[in-house]
Amino acid sequence: MNLILQGGRLFDPASGRDETGDLVIQEDKIRDLGPGIAAAGPGVLDCRGLIVCPGFIDLHVHLREPGQEYKETIESGTRAAAAGGFTAVCAMPNTHPVNDGAGATAYLIQRAKEIGAARVYPVGAITQGSRGEALAAIGAMRRAGAVALSDDGRPVMNGQILRRAMEYAARFGLPIVEHAEDLNLSAGGVMHEGAAALRLGLRGISAESEAAMVARDILLAERCGARLHIAHLSTAASVRLIAAAKARGVPVTAEVTPHHLTLTDEDIRDYDANFKMNPPLRAAADREAVIAALADGTIDAVATDHAPHAPHEKAQEFSRAPFGVIGLETALPLVLRLVAAGRLTLRRALDALTARPAQVFNLPGGRLEPGAIADVTVFAPQESWVCDPARGFSKSRNTPFAGQTLAGRVRHTIVAGRVVYSAS
Amino acid sequence: MGESQSRHLLGIAGLERPAIQALLDRAAAMQRRPPEKLLAGRRVLVLFYEPSTRTRTSFEVAARRLGAETVSVTASASSIEKGESLLDTVYTLRAMAVDAIIMRHGESGAPFLVARHVDVPVINAGDGMHEHPTQALLDAFTILRHKGRIAGLKVAIVGDILHSRVARSNLWLLSRFGARVRLCGPPSLLPAEFAALGAGIECHHQLEPALDGADVVMVLRIQMERMREAFFPSEAEYVHYYSVTAERLRLARPDAIVMHPGPMIRGVEIGAEVADSPQSVIREQVENGVLIRMAVLEQLLAPAEAAEKSA
Repeated sequence: MNLILQGGRLFDPASGRDETGDLVIQEDKIRDLGPGIAAAGPGVLDCRGLIVCPGFIDLHVHLREPGQEYKETIESGTRAAAAGGFTAVCAMPNTHPVNDGAGATAYLIQRAKEIGAARVYPVGAITQGSRGEALAAIGAMRRAGAVALSDDGRPVMNGQILRRAMEYAARFGLPIVEHAEDLNLSAGGVMHEGAAALRLGLRGISAESEAAMVARDILLAERCGARLHIAHLSTAASVRLIAAAKARGVPVTAEVTPHHLTLTDEDIRDYDANFKMNPPLRAAADREAVIAALADGTIDAVATDHAPHAPHEKAQEFSRAPFGVIGLETALPLVLRLVAAGRLTLRRALDALTARPAQVFNLPGGRLEPGAIADVTVFAPQESWVCDPARGFSKSRNTPFAGQTLAGRVRHTIVAGRVVYSAS
Repeated sequence: MGESQSRHLLGIAGLERPAIQALLDRAAAMQRRPPEKLLAGRRVLVLFYEPSTRTRTSFEVAARRLGAETVSVTASASSIEKGESLLDTVYTLRAMAVDAIIMRHGESGAPFLVARHVDVPVINAGDGMHEHPTQALLDAFTILRHKGRIAGLKVAIVGDILHSRVARSNLWLLSRFGARVRLCGPPSLLPAEFAALGAGIECHHQLEPALDGADVVMVLRIQMERMREAFFPSEAEYVHYYSVTAERLRLARPDAIVMHPGPMIRGVEIGAEVADSPQSVIREQVENGVLIRMAVLEQLLAPAEAAEKSA
């Protein structure tokens, strides 16, 4: 079965390819690409005026299955991913039960193969039950297909346990993904600590509660020779620490979310819990710092931290509502907003969604080249649309961007040579 | 703060100066001439999720003086304790034909959530650490009774600023009316960012310069119930540095007035002799609270009738 993407702007951030041409897919691989290589015929998608690039890879998604299927399922979550141009997502282990063993990892992979619209790569827990006490079955999860380790949603507060995990994981080359938060410094906090929190009378989560943990983790990774990846980095202080570590040659990487790139704590209006997530929306200076760090590569990847919650859970007092926002279906236009503003080149923006995340977790894909897996995203960079979460594919609607006009729309998403999403 | 503010009273931060002035003027008029029962036949829900003596009673008295019927619901005596969500509780109570909801809640912003989901006016009677708008209004009313103006006054607010909704509502109002607000407390209870919240706001970590030449001294309680960790070493140490005693009060102007929103812990944040001194207007604040709350209820529930009567 062949598929021809005809006349699009072939954009491959890794190689620098940027030219109008065709892309031919045979079975599940890219056979060839370039100007004028394919004739019209059956199995042709007209891509004129559209950008054709490697499928997006999200390092940080909460699919909620098993255990909280009322928020999201592997099926609905991967459909949302496909609609957002993501051909692969990394599933965080904080499900019920926690993915801390080979059985849960294998279940996720099997279930995604059966009904998933996009590839799903499990992230295993660092510690049993993500309780931060004893190491999870790291080797067994690796054998079952886990691509990284994280207790996401919770940091590993005990530094010695994290150190042991790093030492052990280094043997398998598995990245340790840290949700960097000193829980003593952030205790009780629900939004960024600063003038906005004082005004709203909400308890703060200081920038230092993140950065202090990033500093500790860098020191431990440096000692252990472990691959450290900082999840959803949000502060200027953390950026400085990552930049210094990278300059020393420490194998550390980082991701940033679309919401931290586009919103600040001042955007929280009328205690709308759809603006509540962890890490919280930070100060304007932090936002500036993460944008600059993404542009210069200090921050490697854009990851959504897609965190679905049911409407009744978010329609509560701000302090009581759970942390988290959905993000798969809005990531592309939000990143393109920075491109339009001249803060980010298109190449770097797409690199941070494709080739770079693939490298960070050592995943297939992220490139347009003959022989590569045929995971491809086709989008209209200028097409504007209004964000209406009721029309999205996620089971949940907790987005701070509802009602906003967004520019940049996914037209086709292709996974292993199969069209898994086309805009209607 | 959007469309909601004109229909509700959610906070001082969202109120323009003329709207505040109108409420103060109306309260003054009611003091001269008791209001008519413009709210006869109306039903007001008083929904309190936190214990309160004076504010709840004050609202109930105000509503009844205007002829309204009041229905009081407290957290300990309702389904709230069974885990029902705030919105479900409010929907249920709203269905009992109430014309307004006066609510106090331990979480900041809770009245905003309710206001987004009901079709009757919501009056914030104190939400978490956020606002207590009628307290700031009655405080301004009290200051005006004694000083005749707010602009240019030096107002010291001393105590647990961080956790205080009274401090926040007062600093919005007072800075908007041109007062020089001096916030004072230990650094852990007074983050420096407070100075950025309005014009003319100063932060003091020592009591003496904050009191120096002050026209108004507002004393706040230490809210132990909102503290999850130690903000200062001990009560004794707090008293040593921050208690407003008669001796320290001499630093303020001789005609300075002393205010306290209550509940007041004598011997801790305020000396007993200060609370009972001629400079204290603490009991008068309570009386003025009823006037202000009548003005608020009338303005939100019967604005047209009120305008007619005063014309």
